[in-house]
Amino acid sequence: MDMSPETIVAMAAYSGAGICIGFGAIGAAVGEGYTAAEANVAVSRNTEISGDIFKNMLVGQAVAESASIFALVVAILLLFMDFHGAPLIKAAALTGSGLCMGLGALGSGIGSGIPGGQACFGIARQPAAMNRLTTNMLIGSAVCQTPAIFSMVVALLLLFLDFSAMPFQPGWAALIGAGLSTGLASIGSGYGGGTVAGASCEGVARQPLSVGPVTTTMLVGQAVAQTPAIFGLLISFILIFRTVPATESLAPAMALFSAGLCTGLGGIGPGVGNGEAGGGAVRWVARNSAMAADLMRVMLVGQAVSQSTAIYAMVISLVLIFVM
Amino acid sequence: MAIEGADLVKAAAYLGAGIAMGLGAIGPGVGEGITAAKACEAIGHNPNEAGLLTRTMLVGQAVAESTGIYSLVIALLLLFVV
Repeated sequence: MDMSPETIVAMAAYSGAGICIGFGAIGAAVGEGYTAAEANVAVSRNTEISGDIFKNMLVGQAVAESASIFALVVAILLLFMDFHGAPLIKAAALTGSGLCMGLGALGSGIGSGIPGGQACFGIARQPAAMNRLTTNMLIGSAVCQTPAIFSMVVALLLLFLDFSAMPFQPGWAALIGAGLSTGLASIGSGYGGGTVAGASCEGVARQPLSVGPVTTTMLVGQAVAQTPAIFGLLISFILIFRTVPATESLAPAMALFSAGLCTGLGGIGPGVGNGEAGGGAVRWVARNSAMAADLMRVMLVGQAVSQSTAIYAMVISLVLIFVM
Repeated sequence: MAIEGADLVKAAAYLGAGIAMGLGAIGPGVGEGITAAKACEAIGHNPNEAGLLTRTMLVGQAVAESTGIYSLVIALLLLFVV
């Protein structure tokens, strides 16, 4: 059996492509399904404006689709790469790339579908606020795509950087860890951002005059919900760009892999939780705009506490990278 | 490449630390977020009790945080003690 580095790199690229589009297809499909479901409810409530609801549904779904299109692009790049003379370490980089983009598209796809659905439902309730609802939906779902874009940045770095100077042990673990870190951490942030944006569309439909404070609270809430994905990105960059000494033993490699896994998994919960907190605040800012400042304060305190476990996870990752 | 027993044990401890803190961080993050969402709702209903509600939220979140701190302790034990 011929197991030259080139063969192993090709195996990694093809399995990476499968993982990438396999995971990447889940999120957008679920999100678009939610949008379509809400659009159906909306049309049944207000049949006269079914054309507008239909248009809004398609626009919302198109934004949610972009996450899986990123995954498709990375999968195609993995399939048609030139592996000629690639070193063995490239196999790890390509596996990490596929994992990163596939997992990273999950949360953003589901998240972007939520404001789409809520905007469709809102148009049925409050046709006069249609333009504001579509604008809010677009701003909100665009922010939901940020974690998927972070994942694409890391996936493309892993695809195209030259890692031939990196020793295979522990380099393989650093590169797979880098992919897992941003990919997993993006799941929570993408979904959390969607929860906030969905609540803002619901709020604007309930009280169109509150659109100013609602949009402000939504953007602040979404920004905080992005933090776990940014922690993931930070750990990925450290793992990709830090020079590691070659080693014979397994422990230093496992420390780097574990660092990526830790910040990645640790970011999921706080991302979702920050989104819940932001959604709760936005919903009540819409009902009672006079309370916007108080609600924003409670939201930020609650989000800060919810963020703490992501920070613990990042501390453990930094210890694993720099102390172990 | 010779991998010795002690090296393998250390590698497993590092992996365990990452998994412990990573998975352990999910629950508190979600739970505390739901608490904060409901606190915003409660303050919206009854703005006069904002102080009491914020305090209740923080105490509830502190309790939900405890499992995250257990994970942190176990991760640090795995890294530095065992």
